[in-house]
Amino acid sequence: MSERKIRIMVAKPGLDGHDRGARILARCFRDAGFEVIYTGCHQTPEQIAATAIQEDVDLVGLSCLSGAHRVLFPRVVQLLREKNASDITVIGGGIIPEQDFQMLYDAGLKAIFTPGASLDSIVDWVRTNIHVRD
Amino acid sequence: MDITKKICAGDVRSASRLIRDLEDKKPQARPRIKKLFPYTGKSFIIGITGSPGAGKSTLTNALIGEFRKHRKTVGVLAVDPTSPFSGGAILGDRVRMLGHAEDEDVFIRSLATRGALGGLSLAVGDAIHVMEAMGKDVIIVETVGIGQQELDIMHHAHSVVVVLVPGMGDEIQAMKAGIMEIADVFAVNKADRPGAEQLQTELTSLLNASPLPSGVWRPPIVSIGNLYEPERFAEKTVELMQAISDHHEHLLISGQLSERMERKALMEITEAIRAALLEPVMGKLIASGELKRIAQRIKNRKADPYTEAEAIAHRFLKPGDHP
Repeated sequence: MSERKIRIMVAKPGLDGHDRGARILARCFRDAGFEVIYTGCHQTPEQIAATAIQEDVDLVGLSCLSGAHRVLFPRVVQLLREKNASDITVIGGGIIPEQDFQMLYDAGLKAIFTPGASLDSIVDWVRTNIHVRD
Repeated sequence: MDITKKICAGDVRSASRLIRDLEDKKPQARPRIKKLFPYTGKSFIIGITGSPGAGKSTLTNALIGEFRKHRKTVGVLAVDPTSPFSGGAILGDRVRMLGHAEDEDVFIRSLATRGALGGLSLAVGDAIHVMEAMGKDVIIVETVGIGQQELDIMHHAHSVVVVLVPGMGDEIQAMKAGIMEIADVFAVNKADRPGAEQLQTELTSLLNASPLPSGVWRPPIVSIGNLYEPERFAEKTVELMQAISDHHEHLLISGQLSERMERKALMEITEAIRAALLEPVMGKLIASGELKRIAQRIKNRKADPYTEAEAIAHRFLKPGDHP
């Protein structure tokens, strides 16, 4: 019996070490039946892109609470494009002011979740929007 | 370029996608692995096993660094458990290996057990083949945190490192069958903690307990202290790698490498026959609903599983095939 499982990478780019949210999300994805590659804090966008490809994930979830999302998030998307991996979806979360949303969407992020977003709403978004290839 | 050529040329994207297809049991994966098979079997395969939190990932990370100093290309397959409730998993071994993420000669892939009980994933054998075809010099397979009996790694690896930590039990534990028997190298990790010397003594007396015929490998014991004393830790990493290399050399000289590869081939064909015979039969029984009906009859004690299984075997095997 063949069965596709959704694979998600949860990562924190940059110098921000506040990983509670990322960890809770990783557990929540696990409980939703997804395979989560948890890579923790202090990563460069280059490391994140390389790992996403090595792990053949469908989705990269980036968390950033430091304010550096305007630089770090788009860089991950750009690196994946350069490596012919633009089919890997990138979403972001953390302390992200509303006025930055459009800039991040324009850069290629597909969703932004901020404090207050329910875990269910994030899992629902993944189930609705991530279609694993055949 | 076709996928076989791409993988043999070391293309990570194609390789990781094929490993995914193997894990997900997609029909397109089988013909691809058949084509790759002639290019496999040349890598040195190291198994790292031990209880949860013993330090397998940290030592794997240290070994990657050592092999890279010797300009060896490295593949890593790191297995973590699947939840029996949700089917999901958290694959967190890479957290200890972040320093190698960007090195193009290191390919790290996490696998979930997906219900397999032997400490590995069912796809691990084929995932090793993919990395072999990529031309990795060394492939390190890290098992899930194991107990006494998850020993599948011995069928896949040429050299098995069993990672032990102090304080996990007395010499009776060390005498028991299973995990203690499959070690080619013992790593006593966190050896700065109380009880490390005692553990080392017990291991030594265990190894001394039975006479060692000449030419038989005696597993060396490498004591590894605190990760946060970097110089000392680095020294010990070199020692661990030396012990593994010595074992590899011993396998080559003694002819045991060929024996182990034969044992592995036997396991592979046994598994492949099981799959080739069982999957189509199970597929039909499930699709027709017969399997559920039989299970109902067994539950109600109207039938027994042994007679039912024999009847099914009679139906699917040709006359003359029956023992």
